[in-house]
Order: sequence, then C-alpha cells, then structure tokens
Amino acid sequence: MKRLNVLHPKSLVKVMAILVALLVNTGGFSGVAAAQSPEASAEVVSGTVAASEHGAPSAHGEEKAGDVIMHHVFDSNIFAFHPFGEIELPKIAPVAGIDISITKHVVMMWLVSAILLVVFAFVGGKYKKMTNRQAPKGLTNAVEALVEFIRLDVAKSNIGHGYEKHLPYLLTVFFFILLCNLLGLVPYGATATGNINVTLALATFTFFITQVAALKAHGLKGFLVHLTAGTHWSLWIIMIPIEVIGLFTKPFALAIRLFANMTAGHIVILSLIFISFILKSYIVAVAVSVPFSIFIYLLELFVAFLQAFIFTMLSALFIGLATAHEGHDELAAEVAHH
Amino acid sequence: MLTSGVILLQANLLSPNPGLIFWTAVTFVIVLLILKKIAWGPIISALEEREKGIQSSIDRAHQAKDESEAILRKNRELLSKADAEADKIIREGKEYAEKLRSDITGKAQEESKKMIAAALSSIEQEKHRALDVLRNEVADLAVMGAEKIIKNALDADMQRKIVDSMLQDLSTKRN
Repeated sequence: MKRLNVLHPKSLVKVMAILVALLVNTGGFSGVAAAQSPEASAEVVSGTVAASEHGAPSAHGEEKAGDVIMHHVFDSNIFAFHPFGEIELPKIAPVAGIDISITKHVVMMWLVSAILLVVFAFVGGKYKKMTNRQAPKGLTNAVEALVEFIRLDVAKSNIGHGYEKHLPYLLTVFFFILLCNLLGLVPYGATATGNINVTLALATFTFFITQVAALKAHGLKGFLVHLTAGTHWSLWIIMIPIEVIGLFTKPFALAIRLFANMTAGHIVILSLIFISFILKSYIVAVAVSVPFSIFIYLLELFVAFLQAFIFTMLSALFIGLATAHEGHDELAAEVAHH
Repeated sequence: MLTSGVILLQANLLSPNPGLIFWTAVTFVIVLLILKKIAWGPIISALEEREKGIQSSIDRAHQAKDESEAILRKNRELLSKADAEADKIIREGKEYAEKLRSDITGKAQEESKKMIAAALSSIEQEKHRALDVLRNEVADLAVMGAEKIIKNALDADMQRKIVDSMLQDLSTKRN
C-alpha cells in the first residue's frame, strides 16, 4: 500500500500531462467546428459522448443528463459497447415468481469470478509447487502481500483465536469486492458493488456467518443471554428488541456503505462531465469537468481498495465481537464461580 | 433534468431485485468454494508453513547461539584450568629446582668440608711422620757423634773439634 502511495503523485502528473495535451488538441479541433455551428456541434458531441460513455440509445439523441447518469449506474438487460453495438442479455423465465434474468451486473460478477478463478488458480498452482525455501515473485508476491494483510491485520487481529475458519470467506469477499470495484472503473464496465442487491447479498453472508459463529462459540443459551445484554429481567422487554435490531443494523450498514460509496463516486464523475454538456462550454470542460473527474477517478481507485478493505475489516470485526467478546465474559464468570 | 434523476433514483436505485440477489449469492458461493479449494488452502498452508519455518529457524539460531555460548564458557573454563595447571607445574618445577640446587650445594659444601678435613688430617700425619723421621735422624747423628768422640781419645781439644765438626755436619745436613 505504501509503495502505491509513493508512486501516486508521479503517475498523476504523467496522466495529467498526457490528458491536457490531448484536450488542447481536440479542443482546438472542435473549436473550428463549433465556430461554424456552435449549437449543432455541441449537440452532436453531447449525443455521441453520452452514448459512447453510458450506453444510452443514441437514437433519441436528446437525452437528459440525469437519465444518462442513472442509466449508467443502474442494472439493465443490455450490455452496451457504443459505438460498437450492444448485447442484449437473455431473459430467463421467472422461477417461483422471481425474475432470474441475467443482467449487466450479473455478467460483471461472472467476469470478476472468472478473473479471480484464473488468477488464483495460477497463484495457487505456484504455491503448490513452491517449496519452503523459495520466495514468491511477480503476481504471486503481489497476491501474497494482500493475502497476508487480510490474514494478519484483518482476520487475526480482529477475530483472534480460531480466525483460520473464517479466513476463506474474508479473503474471497475482499478480492471479490475489490475486483468488482475496479472493473467498474474500466470503460464499458459496470460496478456490480454499486448495486444495493449485490451488497445486500454479500452483507447477508456476513450476517449469517456472524450469527453461526456466535452460536457455535456460546451455544444457544449464550446466544439468547447475549440478547438480554446481561440486564435485569424487567428491562428485557426493551433490551431484546434493541439487541435484535442491533444484529441487523450491522450488516445493513455494511451493505449501504459499500453501495453508496461505489454509486456516489460514479455519479460524481458523470455529473462533472455533464456540467460541460449542460453549460455547452469547452472552457468548463477543460478547466472543471476533466481535471475534477480525473481527480475523482483517482479517488475512486483509492476508494475501491478502501471499501473492499472496510467491508472485510468490519466483517472480521463483527465475527470477532460475536465470538471473542462473549467468550471473555463467560471465562470471567467461570473464574468467578470457581 | 434533475427531477427525472430523482424519480429514477426512487424507482430503481434502492428497489430490491431478488434475481440479482440470487445470482450474487450463487456466484459468490461458487467462487468461495472453488477459491477455497484451489487457492486459499495452498496459499495459507504455504504461508503457515513458512511462518513455522521462520520461527523454527529463529529458534534453531537461538539454540545454536546458546550452545555456542555454552561451548565458549566451557572452553574458557578449560583454558583457565589449563592456565592454573601450567602455573602449578611451573611453580612445582621451580620449587623442585630450588630444592635440588640447595641439596647439591649442601652436598658439595659437605664434600668439600670433608675433603678439607681429610687433607688437614693427612697433612698432620705427614708432619708427625716427618718429625719422627727427623727425630730418628738426629738421634742417629748424635749416636754417630758420640761414637766418633769415643773412638778418638777423649781430650778436650779433640772433643771440641769433634763437637764442632758434628755441629757443622748437623747444620749442613739440615740445610
């Protein structure tokens, strides 16, 4: 992570330098066209850029910025590769009243899964072949740094004893979310984690794992005792609902946090770009839209890592709270009895 | 423009989609299971093995250090013991040499004393013997003188001459 930070300012300057040069060029070129018929050319640019960036059907031509932005963020049945055309995803007949058609975000998740499987099949194979005396290098080394980070700084420090059991879930959820976040930043990609349904499903896993861990750690009795928060029985009528709500708010906050962070970044980038289309001004485009959207984009890269880390971190924390904390109390009680 | 966005936001952004939840769950579980088998297992076991390996090498290094320190201590002890031994041997040698020297000198002195005593006694004996010989000689001479005196008639002159000649004889013989 530290290494990334060191490289960051340098690469940012490079990217800016390249982009400014490009912008000046295209700006000058478009300026000529704009001089002939400013209205029309702006309209055309707006239409094509909007279409190419956000997969909106360009047939209508005049689309509202808000619609385009929302269309970009939303899930849909159409995977658009403007200007190369679009793929209509197949519809599947509803099963038990649930529409399980494949959507854009499902395809993105499958893409993420495929990349994960390929990368980790490669890395896992390397590890199987590697002896104790060999050092990992290249991709293996990069993956190992992340795995070791999740293993020690996230799982071990938050869950403590018995963290190995939860490690596969935490690692998978980290890499899955990270790659979903990153693929959302790739052109033509979509952010699956920017969809509340996806994050809700992931948070539900955390919820169930937390509850199962708590049940296993203290048994049904300990679990129910925890719901009373150790208060007097007369307070139970208040405490039990509060504790039950508390059980659900944690994963709910997890789902909302990830969804909101991923969606907000995209909406901000698109809004910044659309400012120039709304105001129909190249000066705004060069001075405001592009620099700021690049800045937000880089911020989004950071947020992609950060949110994947936070989701994993909080999952580990919840599991740790559900298992270790109560265990200590019980241990203390047992010691007191003896 | 914005109103349409807000409407869409309300309509779609937070609306539940059970199909997507289903697909997320299915995809995630499959990925989890496959990755657990192909990646997390080998990676984590390799990491743990390496951790153990590093720990055991550290332990072994510590052990080796302790051992070498013990050996060093032992060596030092041996060295100091050997030093003491050498000192003792040297001291004993010196003592022995000293004793030997004093013995030898004592013996030599005794020997020389004996020799001196022997020489003195032999000198004494020789002296006695010489005196005896001289005494016999003097007696013989006196007897011879007396003989001569008796042989020549006993007048005074003659007697005087005889004693003188005898004394002359004595003195020449003595010289």
